[in-house]
Amino acid sequence: MPRIVVDVMPKPEILDPQGKAIAGALPRLGLTGFAGVRQGKRFELTVDGDVTPEILEQARTAAATLLSNPVIEDVTRVEVIPEA
Amino acid sequence: MLSTPLIGDFSVAPENDALRAVRVGIITFPGTLDDRDAARAVTIAGGTAVGLWHAEANLQSVDAVIIPGGFSYGDYLRAGAIARFAPLMEKVVDAAAGGMPVLGICNGFQILTEAHLLPGSMIKNNHLKFSCADQLLRVENNSTAWTNAYELGAGMVVPLKNQDGQYVADEKTLDELEGEGRVVFRYEGENPNGSRRGIAGISNAARNVVGLMPHPEHAVEPGFGPDSSAYGEVGLGYGTDGLRIFSSVLNSLVAGGKS
Repeated sequence: MPRIVVDVMPKPEILDPQGKAIAGALPRLGLTGFAGVRQGKRFELTVDGDVTPEILEQARTAAATLLSNPVIEDVTRVEVIPEA
Repeated sequence: MLSTPLIGDFSVAPENDALRAVRVGIITFPGTLDDRDAARAVTIAGGTAVGLWHAEANLQSVDAVIIPGGFSYGDYLRAGAIARFAPLMEKVVDAAAGGMPVLGICNGFQILTEAHLLPGSMIKNNHLKFSCADQLLRVENNSTAWTNAYELGAGMVVPLKNQDGQYVADEKTLDELEGEGRVVFRYEGENPNGSRRGIAGISNAARNVVGLMPHPEHAVEPGFGPDSSAYGEVGLGYGTDGLRIFSSVLNSLVAGGKS
């Protein structure tokens, strides 16, 4: 079944405590090459049959209303991943 | 659905028919925890608590609504994000626009921001830990439906318990809230969660919708509250500073002609 992937990231100016905690843990593993970490969310919406323009539009609406909160998050991707 | 709580000594409640005639609805979502406590608080303040179920589409002629704390829908997507789309929330949004007093406590505050009844949002506490402590607040606005029984600038000690309690909004929104006197409660002393400008609670422009993170409904009954009070020394568990929140809304509804 084809999937529509929606990525949601915390806005750049919003403190991301989870990302900060991960960034603090990486050097303890000896992984010192990273200046920062931001933790976002990935949603996969599966579709029976073809992804029509209407369904893609529904995914965009879902991304903007339910899947993200525009006060603190940005939708960074709404993309169809075809069947493997 | 939710009747008056079964266990308890309500002898501290005032005997007053006008207060008793005020019906305060308390909404229960899947995952709500503090609905019974909010109902007790309304009862102890002298009003009538009415249980409301999120999937109903009828506010049952209540005069005010409390959205209590908990973890609606497990907070799995974002705190309050799914609860916002409950059928009853549409009615609450309409009633709020018509001036009905609405209070959101903790998860209820998160739901009010997701429903766009209040600006901003809540994110994880800056220290990443669940907080649980008796918290001193300052009442920054006593002209709301929910704070008129406090003196301006009064302190209050109520429990703070949450994971996503850090209030955030952009600078423009924060300036607006400050400029219009819509910061209703501010944390006193050390900021417990990194909230912008120490904000613990805010109101809408009309002052009928208020949201706050700490829990006044857990500080209403002598013996079952915080160990301290902003109104002088109290015995262990005898802090009842939160009760005036519930007295405030009953008073303002009675004064407004509801009897």
